[in-house]
Amino acid sequence: MMDWSPIFISMKTASLSILITFFVGLIVAWLLVKIKNDTLKIVLDGIFTLPIVLPPTVVGFFLLYIFGVRGPIGSFFIYFFAVKIAFSWPATVIAAIVMSFPLMYRSARGAFEQVDSNLLDAGRTLGMSEWKIFWKILFANALPGIISGGILAYARGLGEFGATAMLAGNIAGQTRTLPMAVYSEVAAGNMGEAFNYVIVIVIISFIAIFIMDYVSIRKERQWK
Amino acid sequence: MSNKLLKVNIHKELKEFDLDVEFELKNGNLGILGPSGCGKSMTLKSIAGIEDPDEGVISLVIDEETTYFDSDKKINLKPQQRNVGYLFQNYALFPNMTVEENIGIGVSKDNQEKTVPEMIKRFHLEGLEKRYPRQLSGGQQQRVALARIMAYGPDVILLDEPFSAMDTFLKEQLRIELANSLKDFDGFTILVTHDRDEAFQFCNELIILDEGKIIAKGNTYEIFENPKKVQVARLTGCKNISEIEIIDDYHLKSHDWGLTFEVSEKITPNITHIGIRAHDFSAAEKDEVNAFDTENSTKMEMPFEWEVTLSNGLWWKYEKQIYDHEFEIPKYLKVNPKDIILLE
Repeated sequence: MMDWSPIFISMKTASLSILITFFVGLIVAWLLVKIKNDTLKIVLDGIFTLPIVLPPTVVGFFLLYIFGVRGPIGSFFIYFFAVKIAFSWPATVIAAIVMSFPLMYRSARGAFEQVDSNLLDAGRTLGMSEWKIFWKILFANALPGIISGGILAYARGLGEFGATAMLAGNIAGQTRTLPMAVYSEVAAGNMGEAFNYVIVIVIISFIAIFIMDYVSIRKERQWK
Repeated sequence: MSNKLLKVNIHKELKEFDLDVEFELKNGNLGILGPSGCGKSMTLKSIAGIEDPDEGVISLVIDEETTYFDSDKKINLKPQQRNVGYLFQNYALFPNMTVEENIGIGVSKDNQEKTVPEMIKRFHLEGLEKRYPRQLSGGQQQRVALARIMAYGPDVILLDEPFSAMDTFLKEQLRIELANSLKDFDGFTILVTHDRDEAFQFCNELIILDEGKIIAKGNTYEIFENPKKVQVARLTGCKNISEIEIIDDYHLKSHDWGLTFEVSEKITPNITHIGIRAHDFSAAEKDEVNAFDTENSTKMEMPFEWEVTLSNGLWWKYEKQIYDHEFEIPKYLKVNPKDIILLE
């Protein structure tokens, strides 16, 4: 009998992490586009991009350092809320967010920079508020790029392994996500079980990409 | 008649030069003519509030005064608070919105129902309401952009090189359209251009800008007739300009063409150049005033004129009918003394 829990855990983790990554990535990208100081821009960009450049285990190491029981945030949560973050389900979400964030942030930033700055100025001279300009002009016109950033980030979150293993471990029914389950089954010699999980990951990934691509292509078609 | 005045006096340090622009506009439209990169667009953007000058004052009086910018009083209104419409070179229509959404974007929800159809009708955009900007021709895009500005109801309209990216045919058609659309507008219009025809056609007042400095300011006709300065003459389309040597009060020798001319105005010592417009030559007899021979000149046929290049470098444009293909360059040409423009 196949254990379904890795599927549910992965879906929960990927969904919650993409929700956070998407909006935070969007806002951070916008703030970075607005920064005029080049040095500050480069430094911040470096920090936000680092997770995709570093080996996932190294990112996991840093996360463990911060969120572990003795780490600054980890000990804070234990002290004030009696909640242990490391090696619990929230840790899978944190790992997925950190690892998928650079993809979302970089795609959104690229998409924002592609939008003609005259459009924003036109909005300003027409009396639109900055908030309205952000959503109705900048976001709307950068949407295809933002959506593809979202796809990549979602896929990355779903497939996250290295940092998750470091921070969340591989606890069946708690932190064992699909990629973890594939690894565990193969390690135990259960190739058939592993194959089932692989199929599920491929299907979920494909559906996600299909839906988002379909939306972004339709949007672009509409304006042309 | 209401009391209207637009005052601009700004200074801004740019990479290559400092921009210093100062003018007052009482009514009608102003043209700012200058080569690309002379600070024209920066001036417009400062008025709109898209760019901030380093120092200066921008204020608008329509019965009462609104200060848009004042570096001493630390006033700097956001573009949203200035009532200024900006027609961008590429029109900057929102590609994700339909024609009617574009036009309605600057209008309050309550007025959209009334204003948008009004503008659609006024700018002849009926039937295009649901189209997206990419589905429109250049002319339709310009009309939508203007309709969007007019719907917003600005006091000042700024036109930033509205025709520079177009082919000649479309350009001429759109110039007429734009002139018609702006006819009923009773606020201020400022047109920025590097094209002297556009400036001449649209603007009764003109500023000529070069490297951030105003080199001529005044009535458009007067500037074209008497440019006074070499750069101004060049920008108003004077083809023949030469350095000179003064012989006496009414005679001078041109260095570039090796000719001696008589002029109708007394030559003052500050005159260093002369200009002769390419249309101002005519056929002559040998001994006439300001006549010279045309040996070894070359001619080129254009649809409506002959372009003759003389061996000394002078340009002559001679009007013709489209079906005339034969043309004998006269042996001698002359220029009327009063057509020689004295320049400093």
